[in-house]
Amino acid sequence: MKNIFILLSLILFLGSCLEANDIEFHGFFQGNYSVSITSRNPDGRIFKWAEERFQLKINANIKPIVLFFKADTFYDHYDDKANIEFREGYLDYNSRIWDTRLGRQIITWGVGDLIFINDVFPKNYEAFFSGRPMEYLKKGIDGIKFGIYPSAMNFELVAVPVFEANNYPASNRFWSFNPLASITLTEQREPPANFANTEFAIRAYRDIKGMDASLYFYKGFSRQPSMMLEQQQMQTKNILFYPKLLVYGASFQGRALNGVLSFEVGHYDSVQDREGKNPVIPNSQTKFLIGYQRQIKEDFTVGLQYYNEYMHKFSEYKKALPSGFPTEDNFYQLMTLRLTRFFMHQNLKISFFVFYSPSERDRYINSEVYYKFTDNVNVTAGINIFGGTKQTTKFGGLDKNDNFYLQLRYEF
Amino acid sequence: MRQKFLWLILFALFLPINLWALTAEEIMKKSQAAFLYSGKDFKARIQMKLISSGGQQRIRELTMLRKNYGELGGEQKYFIYFFQPADVRNMALMINKFPKKDDDRWLFIPAINMVRRIAAQDKRSSFVGSDFTYEDVSGRDIEDDKYELVKEETFGGKDCFVIKSMPKGAGEDYSSKLSWIDKATFLPIKEEYQDKRDELYKVFTADEIKDIKGFPTVVKRSMRNVQTGHRTEVLFLKSDYDLNVEDSLFSERFLKNPPRKWVE
Repeated sequence: MKNIFILLSLILFLGSCLEANDIEFHGFFQGNYSVSITSRNPDGRIFKWAEERFQLKINANIKPIVLFFKADTFYDHYDDKANIEFREGYLDYNSRIWDTRLGRQIITWGVGDLIFINDVFPKNYEAFFSGRPMEYLKKGIDGIKFGIYPSAMNFELVAVPVFEANNYPASNRFWSFNPLASITLTEQREPPANFANTEFAIRAYRDIKGMDASLYFYKGFSRQPSMMLEQQQMQTKNILFYPKLLVYGASFQGRALNGVLSFEVGHYDSVQDREGKNPVIPNSQTKFLIGYQRQIKEDFTVGLQYYNEYMHKFSEYKKALPSGFPTEDNFYQLMTLRLTRFFMHQNLKISFFVFYSPSERDRYINSEVYYKFTDNVNVTAGINIFGGTKQTTKFGGLDKNDNFYLQLRYEF
Repeated sequence: MRQKFLWLILFALFLPINLWALTAEEIMKKSQAAFLYSGKDFKARIQMKLISSGGQQRIRELTMLRKNYGELGGEQKYFIYFFQPADVRNMALMINKFPKKDDDRWLFIPAINMVRRIAAQDKRSSFVGSDFTYEDVSGRDIEDDKYELVKEETFGGKDCFVIKSMPKGAGEDYSSKLSWIDKATFLPIKEEYQDKRDELYKVFTADEIKDIKGFPTVVKRSMRNVQTGHRTEVLFLKSDYDLNVEDSLFSERFLKNPPRKWVE
């Protein structure tokens, strides 16, 4: 299904390009390497990531539509193979009060900085933890988006017929906590693409007294897999599946207290386990975020966030939790701090980002230096450092994966 | 006939008196109106060259649209779309400028299709790494400075007022600024910034002025930091006024997906 979709859009795209008189080509060549600095990977290797990559972006304006195509080809030294990654490819049509985008596209919602509540779209956490550029944290969706812009309110309506899961660190490259690690047989069961499984996401937004206000709704699936054991032919199999999910949310962002203040809230309704009694399906949760960003002085910005996850049926969850599994918090808390400083006419940027969870007592630091040698050539060097008091927490479990990374890029 | 002639003489006498009567603050207000508020709206394709003391050049190329709201010196909206360099291509910046309070600024980052509000407390911070500040692009609140008419002199063949502006508050990057304001167009021809130690710090020059739809427009300008030797040269490649830029342009929708007719 996915491949047919890609093929169709590609044929459509290339066919239309022949007609276009207004085409632009851009992209980059990039070397991206990440090396473990505290311990070797589970498979004994030292690199977390090592690749050379070429990205081509084509933008063709064929009135009344615009076509955009972004694909990468790369050589991955880890698996020793070359491959193609179809990043984005869509058709845009714009009318006065509505527009539509059809095809593979990246959508980013919400006001969090690396904390996602109403951004229910797929992500690649392995890319982020491996020191790949920020754009690879987001994965495209294969679907259609409508924008409707009457004067009182703006709407974005998204329909996604093909499910795309989040990508988590692979077990050969990353150490992580897995209570079912002893079961080697696994099977991934994604929701099949059909009308009933089509995901819908709606965002309604407008300005309210100088604040950007948004309401969100999502009907679909959790992108983080749940695990369940199944006996098949005398063998135990670990089934990864994606429970149904409804999300209702809101966000506000505006100028306040000499900075930018952000609020975001989302209710995650775990449709398949509203009672909270099924230990393999996550309980319903309410997630809340408050953020504040301020320019301390020229070219120096500080951002703070406090994030909270409240589990609704905690006592049922505790009762149903099989022994040997770590207990999640009733109130999960996370704080972040971001410092960004520019130097040398913004040719040098140093940034520091830390996640710290007071409830799980774990942390994750990402710090990087970006330097532009010329307008076309730049380098980014950074570190990812994970840690915590327990192996069973989100960042604590990644403790042995500290890495140093390098991105060298020529952009055109 | 004779009476009419007398009236003319009286009128002619009155004109310079009227000019004389302008206070330094009024001159700066008129200058800001001529420099940053001409027309109902304005569009320019802008090329900035950031030149280091060693001669290394960086290019910024962008389209800037401005629309005025309210009276002169009042609220304005800016839409800025970047073409160059490659790492900022297709980025777009939207600024709602308010006198007497902080701007609202939004940045669109195309790689992850995200619109984000950005903190904008320091209007004296550099605009895209150049020697110009956000204030140089969109104007400084008139009430933020005290003014003094220092002298009048001919500069670059033009009769000019020379105005000294001194920030009322502390914490600015300069202690005073001398502006040579052309009496005919009220455009600033040259500005000299003194730093905190009263040493010459930055020099602005209007290098070419063109008449566009009846509005004298500085189409070539530069800002030089005399202390570091870094300078920024700015060319307005295409400029136009009164294009009936719609209010709806200044929205998240178009920040993400700007209409070609406005950014080309």
